[in-house]
Amino acid sequence: MGAIIQYMESYLSSDQTPGAAGNMFWALVYIMLVFAGLSVAVIAMNWLERKILAHMQVRLGPMRVGPHGLLQPIADAIKLLLKEDIMPAEADGVVFWMAPFIVVLAAFTVFVVVPFGPTHAITDMNIGILFMLGVSSLSVLGIVMAGWASNSHYPLIGALRSSAQMVSYEVAMGLAVVSAILMTSLNAEGTGTLSMIGIVQAQQAQGEWFIFKFFPLGLIAFFIFAVAMVAETNRAPFDLAEAESELTAGFHTEYSGFRWSLFFLAEYSAMIAVSSIAVTLWLGGWLRPFPNLLNSSTWDLVFSLFPGITFLLFAAMCFYNAVRMPKHPLFRIQTIGLAGFGVVLGLIGLLLFVPAVSLRVQDIFWFAAKVAGFMYLYIWYRGTFPRYRFDQLMQMGWKVLLPMGLGVLILTASVALVQQKIWHP
Amino acid sequence: MAPVATPFFFYLFAAIMLVGGIMVITRKNPVHSALALIIALLAQASIYLMLYAPFVAGVQIILYAGGIMVLFLFVIMLVSIDRSIRERQFNSQRIAGLIAATALGGLFIAVYMKGTSVFPEHALSTIENDNTQQVATMLYGQSMFPFEIASLLLLVAIIGAVVMAKKRI
Repeated sequence: MGAIIQYMESYLSSDQTPGAAGNMFWALVYIMLVFAGLSVAVIAMNWLERKILAHMQVRLGPMRVGPHGLLQPIADAIKLLLKEDIMPAEADGVVFWMAPFIVVLAAFTVFVVVPFGPTHAITDMNIGILFMLGVSSLSVLGIVMAGWASNSHYPLIGALRSSAQMVSYEVAMGLAVVSAILMTSLNAEGTGTLSMIGIVQAQQAQGEWFIFKFFPLGLIAFFIFAVAMVAETNRAPFDLAEAESELTAGFHTEYSGFRWSLFFLAEYSAMIAVSSIAVTLWLGGWLRPFPNLLNSSTWDLVFSLFPGITFLLFAAMCFYNAVRMPKHPLFRIQTIGLAGFGVVLGLIGLLLFVPAVSLRVQDIFWFAAKVAGFMYLYIWYRGTFPRYRFDQLMQMGWKVLLPMGLGVLILTASVALVQQKIWHP
Repeated sequence: MAPVATPFFFYLFAAIMLVGGIMVITRKNPVHSALALIIALLAQASIYLMLYAPFVAGVQIILYAGGIMVLFLFVIMLVSIDRSIRERQFNSQRIAGLIAATALGGLFIAVYMKGTSVFPEHALSTIENDNTQQVATMLYGQSMFPFEIASLLLLVAIIGAVVMAKKRI
């Protein structure tokens, strides 16, 4: 027993990720935490997307299940789990059964290397970014398998569109990523890194986020990635694979119940995964704004208050809406529920003001806040952009983004070479 | 960290690879064959990973499992599967297969028996952490010329494909 506790405690004094320290117990704990956090994020995203989209279209969105529809995602999940699981009679059983698991596996495995903080990652691989791109590219296989195994026309067309789209945008995406990785090599030794933690540390060492590096080269590379990642996750305006007016629901038309919810889960966690790649590569990962410019202890204190303040703001929003609830007796339970939710959020906020907690959590907070920005952008795109036509999509990928990516890569390499050889010989 | 280049992992991944490879040639449905090939390729990537070559493993996953195999599936899906399932497979060349298998098996046995003199025992000298840099210095340093020749060859293939696919250039 003592040995086990000692094994558990031995990690606490190290300043490495559990994977690097080789501690199985904490690696397992981190995996559980990431998995739980992702599930909560997907649930929250589900509610937020419906709500924000509704408000953009001057609707109310879900209002019935719980105050302001807060319990809607849970009701949806229960509905999906209880639904009958139907497999088409002519479907290819094994492939049909495997497809959703491959998609989910690919979408969740990438989070092994996502750095939520300098030590808050399950592990740090030497090939971190390569691993993320590689494993997330496996999800295409699941989509193709789902579309083919359904043995039906709409899913097959959806799968074909989706795979063509993902394969072509992966090229532009890869070029943008390479130009960011190139920037990590601008140090004294001249060697870059592919590790996710290493990339963020390189941004810290160079004193600027890569989005502002070699302005506007970093910005253009980021733009290419930001477009390609929307296409890569099959989201509006590039959601031709599941264009409901043309293909019903694309590759997952024949899926129902639990299997369908796996596709849903995978889509949202893939969105979070590519957003975290963008945050890590260009937006400084877990670094708070201006870590080098405003580096006095006063500023450290000010920025460490942000997580708590954010949660207090959420709590205040809950209280405000609880007060605004109709005063009819039928709404009493909803009002109490909303106020209770506000109290919970407020308590979390207060907990985050404790220095010991905020010190450990603020990396995760800044990372999550940046990713949340991307999530909002996803919803915003969906609310505002009309869907592309397929030939336009291909034209965009091959004739606009790819040449742009090549140009940015060559220019970045030349500027980096000039800086390395001439300015600092 | 416990070493991963152990016989256990080697036999595990090699077995998965063999099963995948056998399934590629025995399945009648071409999509199943392609999926089995993906399993074999992923097992191969695991062996690279086991041999402390993470960069090669990552590239293997991105290029083969994620890229080329998707294109494979893409093409296969457009072919009518029903007909190919009903057709008799013409890969059952028993005599030729037996001869080839015996020859290859004999080669393997010979290598296994005399292996130590042909391939001198060599410990893994590169540690995992600079595998990527090692690959880079090899490709862009010592083997720059062959590497560029290979990329030129690929360029020719690309131009050829474009010329063949486009009616009017």
